[in-house]
Amino acid sequence: MSTALPAQLAEIIDDFQDLTEPDRLQLLLDFSRELPELPERLREHPELLEQVVECQSPVFLTLEVGEAPERRVNLFFSAPPEAPTTRGFAGVLMEGLDGLPAEEILAVPDDVPDRLGLTRAITPLRMRGMSAMLGRIKRQIRATAA
Amino acid sequence: MPLKTDSSEKFAAYAHPGRLVSTDWLADHLGTDGLVVLESDEDILLYETGHIPGAVKIDWHTELNDEVRRDLVDGEAFARVMSAKGISRDTTVVIYGDKSNWWAAYALWVFELFGHEDVRLLDGGRDKWIAEGRPLTTEATTVRPGDYPVIERNDPRVRAYLGDVLEHFGNPLIDVRSPEEYTGARTHMPAYPEEGAMRGGHIPTAASIPWGRAAAEDGTFRSREELDAIYRGEAGLNDGDDVVAYCRIGERSSHTWFVLTHLLGFDRVRNYDGSWTEWGNAVRVPIVRGPERGEAPARPAEARR
Repeated sequence: MSTALPAQLAEIIDDFQDLTEPDRLQLLLDFSRELPELPERLREHPELLEQVVECQSPVFLTLEVGEAPERRVNLFFSAPPEAPTTRGFAGVLMEGLDGLPAEEILAVPDDVPDRLGLTRAITPLRMRGMSAMLGRIKRQIRATAA
Repeated sequence: MPLKTDSSEKFAAYAHPGRLVSTDWLADHLGTDGLVVLESDEDILLYETGHIPGAVKIDWHTELNDEVRRDLVDGEAFARVMSAKGISRDTTVVIYGDKSNWWAAYALWVFELFGHEDVRLLDGGRDKWIAEGRPLTTEATTVRPGDYPVIERNDPRVRAYLGDVLEHFGNPLIDVRSPEEYTGARTHMPAYPEEGAMRGGHIPTAASIPWGRAAAEDGTFRSREELDAIYRGEAGLNDGDDVVAYCRIGERSSHTWFVLTHLLGFDRVRNYDGSWTEWGNAVRVPIVRGPERGEAPARPAEARR
């Protein structure tokens, strides 16, 4: 399981790992605050976003894949402020994956959410929500390749 | 010294009016000696985004549940958590939370397992406080540690185990999950992930009264009259009934347990917190699928613990 993580994602994981549990939650909260707004073209077209039904709170995502050969991926998330945990997970994926080539995202191991060191503090149900977001990102990327 | 209760007219119609406070009451009493305000949410970070000034966070998952086995905390752990929140045995505790006080009611139920005398819910919870434009703060609350004694948890009064439910047939059961979970069309909440109950359906004879029906649009509890119509009328409960409520893991049903016990005054109500994630996985327990309540098993149920 030594798949190399993209540098920008590995850095986030290291940041989490370096902290005590309460500080990890604080960092997750920071990510939730920094999650960017949807660009206007998507705000007006919510039907273009896919709901991550595995999450306890409403979260929607979509992505755009750039030109070959790199096929860089841009991610877009929408989640309400009353759902800071879900927003935080989205924020981690945004900062960790946005702008990477499709191949690199597809190679990210599925257990990445477990590496944030939050599994004691956050219920398994919620952690699965983050895995589901990653799963849906990968699936959407594969769908654009078809 | 317990604080005076809220004398709102709405509450006076309930069986135990002292178990609720209004947002007005809380606003008037914030900062009073002998009062600790707790926020109990489903989302573990919500408190940090802004909370009622002076409120302390309590997390059901890490602070009220045992970390290893599927159980609630024991007396020592509870005493530790309470003391750390500035709570002593005679403290008046007001709990509020998100989603119509769903998790706040769960926390209150745990307090009652330890016999904490004065514990109340904020009617309407976090959402009503915010909707009324009342202040929130992200400022950390300074806690003066309390001195909470180690009290042994007293389960039998308000908590039912699987074996208790098997022996309960013939008495009313209330299933507070969504209609889809009740019929067995799904084993988890709409819009929530699969949580691994193997079988779908409900416990035979259980009436289906989704928990959220006890709450109005603004998250407050419905009036005495409306609640009577639902639980005495529709569900057919009568004075003196021995009632068990259940859901998926016992959180939604603690909301209904609160309504039946403190608002409607039923003396014998237990929350079966094993709920569907236990029943729906247990071997050889009876299950009914579809919208009908179904019949109680003829013989004492075969599965025993």
